[in-house]
Amino acid sequence: MSLISTSRVKSPWLIHFDCGSCNGCDIEVLACLTPVYDIERFGIINVGNPKHADILVVTGTVNHRNKKALKNIYDQMPEPKVVVAIGACGTSGGVFREAYNVVGGVDQVIPVDAYVSGCAPKPEAIIDGVVIALGKLAEKGKKVDQGIFERLEKTQEAIKAR
Amino acid sequence: MAKTVLPFGPQHPVLPEPLHLTLTIEDEIVKEAIPKLGYVHRGLEKLAEIRDHNQMIYIVERVCGICSCLHALCYCQGIESLMGLEVPSRAKYLRTIWSEMHRIHSHLLWLGLFADAFGFESLFMQFWRIRERVMDLQEETAGNRVILSVNQVGGVRRDISAESAQWILDTLKTVEKETLQLKSTILDDYTVKLRTVGKGVLTKEKAYELGAAGPTLRASGIAQDMRQTGYAAYSELDFAPVVETDGDCYARTTVRFNEIFQAIDLIRQAFSKLPEGELAVKPKGLPTGEVVSRVEQPRGECLYYIRGAGKKFLERVRIRTPTFANIPPLLDMLPGCDLADVPVLILTIDPCISCTER
Repeated sequence: MSLISTSRVKSPWLIHFDCGSCNGCDIEVLACLTPVYDIERFGIINVGNPKHADILVVTGTVNHRNKKALKNIYDQMPEPKVVVAIGACGTSGGVFREAYNVVGGVDQVIPVDAYVSGCAPKPEAIIDGVVIALGKLAEKGKKVDQGIFERLEKTQEAIKAR
Repeated sequence: MAKTVLPFGPQHPVLPEPLHLTLTIEDEIVKEAIPKLGYVHRGLEKLAEIRDHNQMIYIVERVCGICSCLHALCYCQGIESLMGLEVPSRAKYLRTIWSEMHRIHSHLLWLGLFADAFGFESLFMQFWRIRERVMDLQEETAGNRVILSVNQVGGVRRDISAESAQWILDTLKTVEKETLQLKSTILDDYTVKLRTVGKGVLTKEKAYELGAAGPTLRASGIAQDMRQTGYAAYSELDFAPVVETDGDCYARTTVRFNEIFQAIDLIRQAFSKLPEGELAVKPKGLPTGEVVSRVEQPRGECLYYIRGAGKKFLERVRIRTPTFANIPPLLDMLPGCDLADVPVLILTIDPCISCTER
């Protein structure tokens, strides 16, 4: 149990979804991967498949079309999972909040665990946001693990009773 | 084999942005591609009704984060011609310098993403390592890495001091040297050539007919560059459009690679001619009439149509971006290619979906 909960936080896999962003935050998220910031040294890998990911990084506002895609990606991720909303648009809608096709921040559609402000936030700020989210991932992970072990004990009792 | 319909996107590992293509494939050969857009549509043009013409600068800068400075430049040029303002010559040169910095960072970004699209991850890292130097230049001169916010109606908001100018020129020397070191890898490598030479050919006639723009057009042999119209300080600088004739992925890569050196050269020329003087003139009056303003973005020609009726609020802002022009050529390239080449072909037009959908 301790091995799983340690490795989950020490090597989180991350998926990035552009949800109506202006690209400014996206290139900063990508810049985190490159040699100057290099988050891979912390074991963080950017993956393309939501089923492999622990952290969902969302940039940009939600609109009426991509809210279904965002919800779909969130639902495909296994528990425990955390969401980081990047930039002014991701947190509240930013300068676009009054546009007709904008729903608002990411938290209008899925629960968000960490907000990173800025337009566009610097890579350091994004890394900081992910690190804050990791603390929440560890907490959520404990609950999920407990649930698994409780279910396992119940199964073993049921086998013994048979 | 029977036809298979394959959805590509909106969330795809190779695409930084949500673009959806419905591909009809037969034996892994693409027969038809139908795009579905609208994942990034926000409705920016409508915001002109509730934001006045000065606030709109901040909105148009956020049409696209990669070429934000050029969107603001194009918009400001339009408003200036409606108000009849004469921009000080130092401001024109500074605008040129920031535009070319944007072009270098955008092309380095694209070369990295393109290398990643065919699985050459270490090359992606190398290009992005060089790009960070240009990002530092932008942060030093404008205060922000991505959204520069340097343009205002009537001129620019910030100055570049002589010490900064020297530092910029020194850094550009390093950028030039390091980019040249990667030339043999991106342009002469056997495996890279296998993925690019002869793929996605766009003939000169097709490129003209379908209205391609920017490096996609110039790689097909048409020397069209909006900078030749001489906006900002380009009329006083010496340059010629970078042209290739093959029209395939390799030619488009070559054009973008060579444009980095052209941009570095333009910045050097601009610094050597940089005049002293005011940074901005005070705008008087309100925008009246209609105007079409054009600039050359890293991806091609960007066009703004602005109509004002002598009020604080503009009547209409229409933005036509280069990727919008490059989608018909992309749909022409896709049929007949391998499924494995689809990501390479999509990236080869340098798509900016947030520009296209606004």
